[in-house]
Amino acid sequence: MKKNTNDLILKTLTQLIAFLLLGFSIYLFFAGHNAPGGGFIGGLMTASAIILMYITYGIEKIQQILPINYITMFIAGLMIATLSGVGAIMFGVPFLSQTFGYFDIPFFGETELATALIFDLGVYLAVVGVTMTIILTIATDATEDNEMNEEKVEA
Amino acid sequence: MTNLMILPIVLPLIASALVAFFPNKLNIVRPVSMILSVIFTIISAYLTWYVFSNGTIVMQSGGWDAPFGISIVADPLSMLLVTTTYIVSTAAVFYAPSSLDEQQERFYFYTFFFLLVSGVAGAFMTGDLFNLFVFFEVLLIASYGLIILGNGKVQLRESLKYVLFNLFSSMLFVISVAFIYAITGTVNFAQLAERIESVDQQGILTTVGIVLFFVFAVKAAVFPLYYWLPNSYAVPNPVVSALFGALLTKVGIYSIMRVFTLIFVHDTGITHQIFLWLAVLTMVFGVIGALSTNNVKLIITYNIIPAIGFILMGIGLYTETSLAGSVYYLMHDMVIKGALFFLIGALVVAAGTSDLRKMSGVIQKFPLLGWLFFIASLVLAGIPPFSGFIGKLLLLQGGLQQEEFLVVIIALLSSLLILFSMMRIFIRGFWGEVQEGITTNRKKVRNLTIPAAILVSISVFLGIGAEAVYPHIETIANMLMDRTEYIDSVLKE
Repeated sequence: MKKNTNDLILKTLTQLIAFLLLGFSIYLFFAGHNAPGGGFIGGLMTASAIILMYITYGIEKIQQILPINYITMFIAGLMIATLSGVGAIMFGVPFLSQTFGYFDIPFFGETELATALIFDLGVYLAVVGVTMTIILTIATDATEDNEMNEEKVEA
Repeated sequence: MTNLMILPIVLPLIASALVAFFPNKLNIVRPVSMILSVIFTIISAYLTWYVFSNGTIVMQSGGWDAPFGISIVADPLSMLLVTTTYIVSTAAVFYAPSSLDEQQERFYFYTFFFLLVSGVAGAFMTGDLFNLFVFFEVLLIASYGLIILGNGKVQLRESLKYVLFNLFSSMLFVISVAFIYAITGTVNFAQLAERIESVDQQGILTTVGIVLFFVFAVKAAVFPLYYWLPNSYAVPNPVVSALFGALLTKVGIYSIMRVFTLIFVHDTGITHQIFLWLAVLTMVFGVIGALSTNNVKLIITYNIIPAIGFILMGIGLYTETSLAGSVYYLMHDMVIKGALFFLIGALVVAAGTSDLRKMSGVIQKFPLLGWLFFIASLVLAGIPPFSGFIGKLLLLQGGLQQEEFLVVIIALLSSLLILFSMMRIFIRGFWGEVQEGITTNRKKVRNLTIPAAILVSISVFLGIGAEAVYPHIETIANMLMDRTEYIDSVLKE
């Protein structure tokens, strides 16, 4: 990313679109358990927003701003999703059973909270983690990420 | 208690995520994996005991009753195989640190390992055809991760073959599930079994059944579809080969057993007769393969194939005795194949080569390894009083009852040849003058021998203690022949 590129339009639009994408992905995530949407599609949309930022601003800059280890992220997602299923056993109902209730949350008013959301959160994290890991592994070439590649060759 | 039946599937899944958090801290990951495996084995053994004493337990996940939800069916057959899986995999965890180099262990070996166990346990326990496909994918994805550990040129070539073959058969699997759903309107095993008789066009069902058989036959390495197996199983690290040889092909043959004793039994004259002849061909070609090579790893890998033939023969004969034989042989083969792959791994380390022509006299330096290998060979070939004998005896009895004399004769001949192929390794590798280049790293060989010794002693027990084990196997065979019990326990809570 040494070269000065002429991408003013892309940069300006990204500032706007990335936020729209992130916002909409969160909406999809929360809508998921009883309307179209869910952790999977929400996760994909979040990943696409992050990738758009990567394309526009370059890998180094984004890694400074978002220092996330995506591998850990998807493992955490897997863990949350599995545990949300196991949690049902603790209450004496079958694996993966779901329940929901209405709670009065300040500012939002009466809101429906479902345990399906926890499972969805796991899926969301797993999807973002996996997508980003795959794309960044393909996108980073040998010179940029020497350490990781050397490890792979030896393994 | 019902809800706990998910544990054999979920616990390794959690463990796989847990050890993935710190792949580089091997001094934590190794003991944690070992302890967890032992605990899981104990839990699943307890659940198995519970199922054997209280009958089949069905868990409807998410509280959705069958046939709408996904049923996890813990019947004696499934639980027996799950526990055997856990025993073999626990031995593998103890074998892994000495067998793999650290770089490979860091590359998420334990994560893929637990994922594989979870997938195998799930495939054994699921009561739903589509869910079976899902668990097949889980274990296949884990196996893709394991097979490329090592990253050599040959290995990459063989893994590519492996991946392509499995992808193709998975695709065929989904297609046949779709066909079955179109014909019967359900994918739940129990409901399928109920509806299969009322379908008008039995011919279509038979065809779909055969397609499904080919899917499973690819995974199980039955005769025309086995040629991908020997090389791709022989190339990876011994611990990975052991897991594959002991577990993956067995999932395929288990699926054949389940599907063709529970669902597609409407036209056994066609389907099961085909199985019988494929079984014979599988035995013959597997043994010929084992005799054709001087690579000790390949000899053991080829020996997976005739074992599948024996199990398939029991399914093809389709009597209570022969099915009992199949189940016994299946269980015995999981244990002994694990042990043999471990022993061969140790032998290759000890001798410094996998070429039989360059080995000799290993037993003089490593007597324990030599004698364990000798016993394991006898077990594999089915010499009384070991466990292979009990399984084969039942199978041959079943064959004689059905008056399939030719099949019985070929089966006997091929077990003789199996013994011959194993004794070749023993005579040429272990006897004779001490060769040059034999390893001085005695500690490593010892660490590799101990897990194998445990598995060998279990399989010796399965033979000598047959009197204690056999009644349970008979119960399982009874249940396989009488489908109503399975159907009732899933559909009528």
